[in-house]
Parts: sequence; C-alpha cells; structure tokens
Amino acid sequence: MAIEVRIPTILREYTGGAKAVEGNGKTIDELIVDLESRHAGIRNRLVEENGELRRFVNVYLNDEDVRFIDGIASALDDGDSVTILPAVAGGA
Amino acid sequence: MRYESLIDAVGRTPLVGLPRLSPSPEVRVWAKLEDRNPTGSVKDRPALHMIEAAERDGLLTPGCTILEPTSGNTGISLAMAARLKGYKIVCVMPENTSEERRELLRMWGAEIISSPAAGGSNTAVRVAKELSEQHPDWVMLYQYGNPANPEAHYATTGPELLEDLPTITHFVAGLGTTGTLMGVGRYLREKVPGVQIVAAEPRYDDVVYGLRNLDEGFIPELYDADVLTTRYSVGSADAVRRTRELLQLEGIFAGVSTGAALHAALGVARKAVKAGERADIAFVIADGGWKYLSTGIYTAESTEAAVEALHGQLWA
Repeated sequence: MAIEVRIPTILREYTGGAKAVEGNGKTIDELIVDLESRHAGIRNRLVEENGELRRFVNVYLNDEDVRFIDGIASALDDGDSVTILPAVAGGA
Repeated sequence: MRYESLIDAVGRTPLVGLPRLSPSPEVRVWAKLEDRNPTGSVKDRPALHMIEAAERDGLLTPGCTILEPTSGNTGISLAMAARLKGYKIVCVMPENTSEERRELLRMWGAEIISSPAAGGSNTAVRVAKELSEQHPDWVMLYQYGNPANPEAHYATTGPELLEDLPTITHFVAGLGTTGTLMGVGRYLREKVPGVQIVAAEPRYDDVVYGLRNLDEGFIPELYDADVLTTRYSVGSADAVRRTRELLQLEGIFAGVSTGAALHAALGVARKAVKAGERADIAFVIADGGWKYLSTGIYTAESTEAAVEALHGQLWA
C-alpha cells in the first residue's frame, strides 16, 4: 500500500530535503514506523514516548485532522494522502 | 434598523441561502454575512467584546495604548473601536500581508509594527508578547487567549444563527484564534442535540511552518478540541477555487479564508447527501474580498492563475 506523506520544512532534514515521501502501513502508527526505517529519527520528532502524537504535531489524513478520527490508530487505505504540519498560530 | 452609534451596529448580520452551491433541497448551505459588520469582518464582534470586558475590569482606561498581534481584521476592528473610544493602538502584523490591510489600519490611526514573514502569525504573536514585556503599560487584549473572544460569539453569533436557522445541523468556520468555533460551538451544542461543529484550518505556505524547532509550535489558549466534531486543513488552491465559485455562482464577494470555510462546508454537504441525511449547514463569511482585490484572484483567467497570483501572501 503506497501512501503519500507530505513533510513540513522542519522535518525535511530526515527526508534529504524531500517535500513528500511514500510510505506503507495499515494505520498512521504503522506508517510512521515505516517512515522511520528509511528516515531514521523522524518518529521521535512526531510521537511521544507514550505513543501519542506530540502536542505541536498535527497529522491530517486526506485533509482531516487524525485526532478527530482515531488518532495515531487511524486506518489507512491505498492512495490516501497524509500531511504532517506543526501547530502554529493562525491568522486573525 | 436604527442604532445609537456605529459600535452599536455590530452583529445582527444576514444569513443567506446558497441555492446554486447547495447540493439538494434536503441538504442546504447557508452563509452568515459577517462582512456586513461596521469594519467589514467578523472580528468586530470579539474586538468590541474584548475592549468592553477590559473596560469593565479596569484594565483599559482613557488614554491607554492597546497592543495586539493580528494578520489584519482584528487589528482593524480594534483600531476603529479605539478611535471612537479614545485609545491608542499598536498592531503587530506579518510583513507579507496585503497593502489594503496596512492602509485600513493606518486609516483608523493604528501604528503598525511588521513582524517577519517567516513564521506568519506565530511570529507576530511572539513579537507582540516581547513588546508587551517591554511596555508593561500597554494593554494586550490577546485574542488567542482572551475568553471575551469566544464569549462574543456565544452571546451573539450563536443565538442569531439558531434564531434564523432553527433546523441547523452543522456549523462551519475558519480556525484562527478558534474564538468563533468555540463560542458558537458551545452555544449550539447546548441548544441543538447532535449539532456538528466543523473547523476549516487554512493551510499556509511553507514559510509559515518554518519553525526553528517544534517547541515553538502554538495552540491558542482558547482551543478546546472537545467543542469540535472535526477539523479540516484546506490549502490555498481549494480556498481560492471556492472563493471564486462563491462569487461566480452566488454573487457573494468574500475573502480567501471564507473560501476555505466554504470548501469544508461543501465537503460536509457531500457527506450528508451520500448518507441520505437532511442537513442545514451554516458557515461564516469572515470578510469581504476588498482587502484581496490587489491580488487579482477574482478576475484571473483560471484558478491556477489566481493561486499563482496569491502566492507568498498571507491570506488568513
């Protein structure tokens, strides 16, 4: 299963500068473990020791915030698109 | 309608149906025209509420200087109220915002301090917090953490929506300070069982997410995820495309962040049609398109050309 993962600037040091990479997994959690196998160090930046997403990390599955689906256990399908972004102040 | 002064004329905005963009007679989309407020945006509501709360608490007294990080609209609303009430105002605004916003702020008498484009509003908030420490006599109302911001929507926007649309099933708005969604969301959840509260979060250009480290990330103090049903990230291309559709199909001339909210609203509408459920989906027209005219996005040949025209500019 190929999932496109968009990587924010701050994490591109782990992807050789690539803005997007491909990964595999049946859940977001498995996808991040798969990314770690080729981009060592990235998992620690995304996930706390307790296995939850870090506070200032937002992960979107087909543009929906995974915290409102099943969090890091959210299920993935072939062709899904995942976007990782740091939480920042929005305009107002 | 008659009001004692401009400040009294905030709120009570029209709710209009979108017959062409709504997918069916059972699934309808409604626009709350917040551009009809005195300075042309939804921010007149929280700005006025925050000022009046600070006056009641004795924080704001005649001659005071107000300080606020803003990408435009809140600053413009505060500056209007500050002029009428006799306060000075300093706004910290990212440098890559449109000339219209700067001119409007100057017109109302605000002093503008530009913050670097890198980091977007995140950096504006940080710079404003530093300035606040250097100038303890300035009053930072701080829209990202001031409870009077969502209270404005709990007290006014929410009740107006329910009065005009008692059959409401979904509320959709842009996510910035989170004030609109928190205030309206809490009100509707108390009154309408099963109502869904949907956030449309603008997805900015890379430059905005260029933090030095993840610890510089930011979640507004006002944010309570329990109020939301879900949250969508909407990129510039979808936001611009919907902003243009809203103009072409429904004649509503709105700003770009409204396009992001419409995109989420239409996504919700599509889901309702698929599930065979009725829906009345209200979303917020946060401001008119006036402040984005110089970008050329409304008359560009194609959506692609319009997105290109907007590139590099902070649109929400």
